Amino acid sequence: MGNGTSIGKVRGLGSSHHGAHHWLLQRFTAVGNVVLMGWLVASFVLLPDLSYATVVDWIASPVSATAMVLLVISTFWHARMGLQVLIEDYVQDSGTKFGLFALLNIAAFGGGALAIFSVASLALGGAA
Amino acid sequence: MANRPLSPHLQIWKWGPHMAVSILHRATGDGMALIGLGVLVWWLVSMASGQAAYDNFTGWMWADLGALEWSGAAIATSLIKVLLKIVTIGLSWAFFTHLMSGLRHFVLDIGAGYELNTNKMWSILSPVIAILLTAGFWALILLR
Ligand code: HEM
Repeated sequence: MGNGTSIGKVRGLGSSHHGAHHWLLQRFTAVGNVVLMGWLVASFVLLPDLSYATVVDWIASPVSATAMVLLVISTFWHARMGLQVLIEDYVQDSGTKFGLFALLNIAAFGGGALAIFSVASLALGGAA
Repeated sequence: MANRPLSPHLQIWKWGPHMAVSILHRATGDGMALIGLGVLVWWLVSMASGQAAYDNFTGWMWADLGALEWSGAAIATSLIKVLLKIVTIGLSWAFFTHLMSGLRHFVLDIGAGYELNTNKMWSILSPVIAILLTAGFWALILLR
């Protein structure tokens, strides 16, 4: 049979063509999600209430603001990759797939940027 | 039935808890990604936009059910608010369910937990523990 090693013949196969890297990143971000979502859930429980004053005071502190920005990055990254798999599995037409990937990227980066900007503006005292 | 793994086959298969938990993992992940992250962004933006915007957010996502009006045009709004409250609780359930099945993924990924009984036990226990965690979470929040 042809040229190359046997590993070279199977690289790039599979529905996404670069699955191993994606698979690992899905897990790295999953570990981040466990830690950061755990922090968020614990915060919800430990805060005295969830009123505007309490919540804004809490998010404006450097540690909370940093954790929230990291949470946004980790969950959006993880979710963007997860939805990519959903599209790869159920959408066969390559044109539709391209369009959905474009939409997904716009939504993920747009939503993430909006969330991070909001946290930053609270932390830096720019609340309206 | 023979006590051995039955080969995966396109047409011959039998429902089991491991299949349910796999589907639940995808459904809860996609639900959180499509709806949950939207709510998260709305929550953070409303905080950064001031008290009125924050109260508007909580008024929709966590309405005071006793104060809802059930006459005329208000019925539609009230229905949506009841639905959104269910969505809020549903998102917390989706989180704990995805967390448990995600942790189960980690164990399976290192090659452990494939013995038939162990596998079956954890695919039943994961969603059950998730429901208990959801109940505990809300008990702590609502009873404080
Ligand atoms: C709590 C910590 C979390 C853990 C441990 C976790 C774990 C995982 C793992 C291991 C996968 C890969 C499954 C596979 O390869 O088949 C996955 C998929 C996924 N996760 Fe998470 N996750 C977490 C939180 C989240 C959050 C907060 C979201 C949404 C905002 C999310 C959305 C998704 C989506 C959409 C998928 C793709 C599901 C699929 O179609 O297979 N996850 N998660």
